[in-house]
Order: sequence, then C-alpha cells, then structure tokens
Amino acid sequence: MASFFSTYALPTIIIVVQIAVVVGILLGCVAYLTLAERKVLAAMQLRMGPNVVGPFGLFQPIADGLKLLTKETVIPSGANRILFVAAPMLTFILSLIAWAVIPFGQGMVIADINVGILYLFAISSLGVYGIVVAGWASNSKYAFLGALRSAAQMVSYEVSIGFVIVTVLLCAGSMNISKIVEAQRHLWFFIPLFPMFILFFISGLAETNRTPFDLVEGESELVAGYFVEYSSMTFALFYLGEYANMILISAMTAILFLGGWLPPFDIAPLNWVPGPIWFFAKTCFGLFFFLWARATLPRYRYDQLMRLGWKVFLPLSLGYVALVAGVLVYGGLV
Amino acid sequence: MIIQALAFYVFAAIAVASGVMVVASRNPVHSVLFLILAFFNAAGLFVLLGAEFLAMTLVIVYVGAVAVLFLFVVMMLDINFVALREGFMRYLPVGAAIGLVLLAELLLVVGSWSFAPKAKTIADSPIKAPDELSNAAALGKVIYTDHILLFQASGLILLVAMVGAIVLTLRERAGVRRQRVGVQIARRREEVIEIRKMPASGANVGGAGE
Repeated sequence: MASFFSTYALPTIIIVVQIAVVVGILLGCVAYLTLAERKVLAAMQLRMGPNVVGPFGLFQPIADGLKLLTKETVIPSGANRILFVAAPMLTFILSLIAWAVIPFGQGMVIADINVGILYLFAISSLGVYGIVVAGWASNSKYAFLGALRSAAQMVSYEVSIGFVIVTVLLCAGSMNISKIVEAQRHLWFFIPLFPMFILFFISGLAETNRTPFDLVEGESELVAGYFVEYSSMTFALFYLGEYANMILISAMTAILFLGGWLPPFDIAPLNWVPGPIWFFAKTCFGLFFFLWARATLPRYRYDQLMRLGWKVFLPLSLGYVALVAGVLVYGGLV
Repeated sequence: MIIQALAFYVFAAIAVASGVMVVASRNPVHSVLFLILAFFNAAGLFVLLGAEFLAMTLVIVYVGAVAVLFLFVVMMLDINFVALREGFMRYLPVGAAIGLVLLAELLLVVGSWSFAPKAKTIADSPIKAPDELSNAAALGKVIYTDHILLFQASGLILLVAMVGAIVLTLRERAGVRRQRVGVQIARRREEVIEIRKMPASGANVGGAGE
C-alpha cells in the first residue's frame, strides 16, 4: 500500500497541484489581458478606457466575467445540441493543455517531454476544430461562412509556422523545449533567424485569428463569424480560449526566439532576476505587439490573406529552412 | 505496469469503437469526428509504445491537416437523409455479398498469418535506450541511411500526386481581372499622375454654377 502511495498517488497529487497553479495563473493573465487590451487600445486612441469599476478599472474583468456567468445560454432551435456545447469547451481545453510543456524557468515545467515543440504544434493545429465545429453546429450561414474561412486560414498559416519551427529545431538540435531554450544561452535565435522571427509572429497573428487576419469574425460582413449564435458562458469560453491562445503564441515566440527564461546577458544585475520573470516579461512584450497590431492595421482581404500565406510565407520559410540547413552543414556548425 | 495495461485497453477499445461509429453513424460530420477520435487513440497507443515522435506526427498530419480537409468537404455536402435510407432492402443483397467476400478474404489473411522469421530477432535487437537516442533521431538514422531509396521514392510519388492535382484544377479563364501585386508595386508616380497647370481666367475663378 505504501509503495502504491509513493509510486502513483503522490505524483498524481503533485501533478494535479501543478496543473491547478498553472491554470489559475493563466486564467488570471487572460482576465487581465482583456483589460490590458482595452487600456492599450484606449491609450492609442486618446481615450481613458475602462476606469470606473475599482481603482483604474482593475476590477473590470471580474465584473465582465460575472455578467457573462449570469446570462442565459441560448441554443438555437436548429443547432446540433451536443456539438454546439462541445465546441467552446474544445477550444478552451486546447488552449489550456498546451501549457503542459511550456517551461517557465529552469526545470519549471509540468511535462518535460522529448517532442515538446511538436506537441505544441499539434495542439495549435487542433484549434481549428473548435471553430469549425462551432460554425457547423450553429446551423447558421454566417457562423458557417466564418468557420470555413477560419479552416482555410489556419491550415494555410500552419504550414509556414511548421517550417519556422523546423529552422529553430535545426539550430537547437533538439525538440525538447528546455533544450531549445538552453541552446540560446549565448545567442538568442531572433538574431540569426530574424526573418523567421517576423514570419512566425505574423503567422501567429493569423493562427489566433487576430487583426489584421480576423476576417473569420469580420463583423461588417459576417456579423461576428463562427460564434455569432453563442451567448453567456459558451461565448465566454471562446473568448477566453482566444486570449489564452494569444498568450500561448507570445510564449512560443519567447521560447523559440527570445531565449525563454534566460536573461539577455549573463551578467550580475540581470541574472539576479529569476527566470520566470524574464519569461513573463518576454511574453508581455509579444502580447503588446498583438494589441498594437490590432490598434494600427486594417483587415486583410481574403484573397490577399491566402496569397500572403501560400505565395509569400511558404516559399520564404521553405527557402530559409534550406539556407539554415546548408549553413549549419557546410559551416561545420553541427 | 497495471496503469499502462489499463491505458492500453482504454485507448484500444475507444479506437475500435470509434472506428465502428465512423461507419455506423448516419451523419457524415459525426463520422469524421469519430475518425478524429480514432486517430487520437491511435496516437495514444503510439505513446504507450514509446514512439512519441510518431504519435505527434500522427496528430499533426492526420488530425491537424487531413481530417480538417475531410471535415471541410463533408460539411458542405448537402445530404438528404431520407433519400439516403430509401432502397435499403433493394441494395441489401449486393451489399451483403460484397461484405461476405471481404470477410472471407480477411479470414484467409488471418488464417495464413505468420510472423517473418527474423521478426523476433529484430524486435529483440537493442535499439539504443530512449535516454541515449531520442525517437526522432533513431527514426532519422534508419530512414536516411538504410531506407533512403524507399523514402525518396515515396517523396517522388507524393510530388507526382501534387503536380497532378495542380494540373487538374488549374485553369486560366479568360476575362478575369486578377490582382498583380508586382505590377502594382512597380508603378511609379510619374507613370500614373500627371500634373498640369490650368489657365486661370480671372473672372471665372471660384465661380459656381457654370
């Protein structure tokens, strides 16, 4: 019995506590990201932003959450009930389980698996299902059109994200995320791979359906896209999932290109700061670009979006893979 | 160990059950979703075998790309479920006959099944322990050395399939205006804008309603 406790029960309890901590922190970040977005947009448009609920509007996300919780969940009469309710859950679950392999600091990771980066890529490529199933199950033409656009868009940009990840893997020589970060101890990858860094970030915008690639929910033509029929908590889950995905893409950018939890230089005042704080700062840096892009850029036209994905990003990233591999082999770096 | 066995039976049972549901469910969209569930459980089985790279590749390629396109197409089908069930009795004999033939073939295959004589030694031969050589590296060492010809040949087959798909679908239609980004960017200001001085005749400047 004692061996059962030490081999199964204790690790299970530890893992559950770790998961609870990560999910709790993440949900807090998601809530305050919505506030940060409104504040940043307001500042860029010379407005105040939410400032009524609590000091500087700090309780606004809580008020929004309570409002959504108390509203009625409406299920359209022609909808496929099970899939209609399952779709937002799927989106939300997928946005959370990706965090299992993200290292917040040296050894601070729930599952340190060998194929960590592939796992992240797999999870982010599944995100399209929540959207497509939601669009189909709603039995509404606007939701369906939004879902179809989204499926095409996410599949297109995944290809270039895949090639960007391959270039990073070539440089790091491992698919373990902790090892990828460790490989950047002397030189962050965004310096040698600068074009890929930009490309990854733009593809990340498309993958999370954010401006300027948010024609999935283009309100002027599709009302609100795939979640037009959703209300209350089912809507809130989509919303939370979208913001959690934004944080995930920023965290991936930090891990792949900005050295994860490592300080910029391994010198005295900088390496006193603990790793998770560096990681948090780098993720926030990425998130600010998400918000900045939303405040600045107009929406892409659909054919231009597809052109950018297939005719510009794909050849560029494929060419860079060949270039990096060639430099590594013939430069004698591997 | 018992947890692993339990996990195996759970994954295997769900994979088989969802495989049955792919065929049995009335709604084709549900079929595709059950297919995705089957893929996931197959990936779970790969993880239990220690083939984590294959598991992730299965999820990325089949669930992340192939099944999305399946779903994409199936959702746009306009299927009349009443018409689908019509004539069930009429087609039953033919369907049953085909099913019987397939079943007989399967039984023949299973009956004459034998393991390759070297299978036991190959399975026992020590591939390096997972902590020495990662999954992907082990696979790469085999694919790019011993089986390079087969690997290249399968790549070529895929290339031919891709070229074929493009040739079949690409057609130049006349009279369609296309955006040519290169031309747009290459345009200079002098080519499109011309500034001319208009003769200003004193009395009419600012005059309205002429």
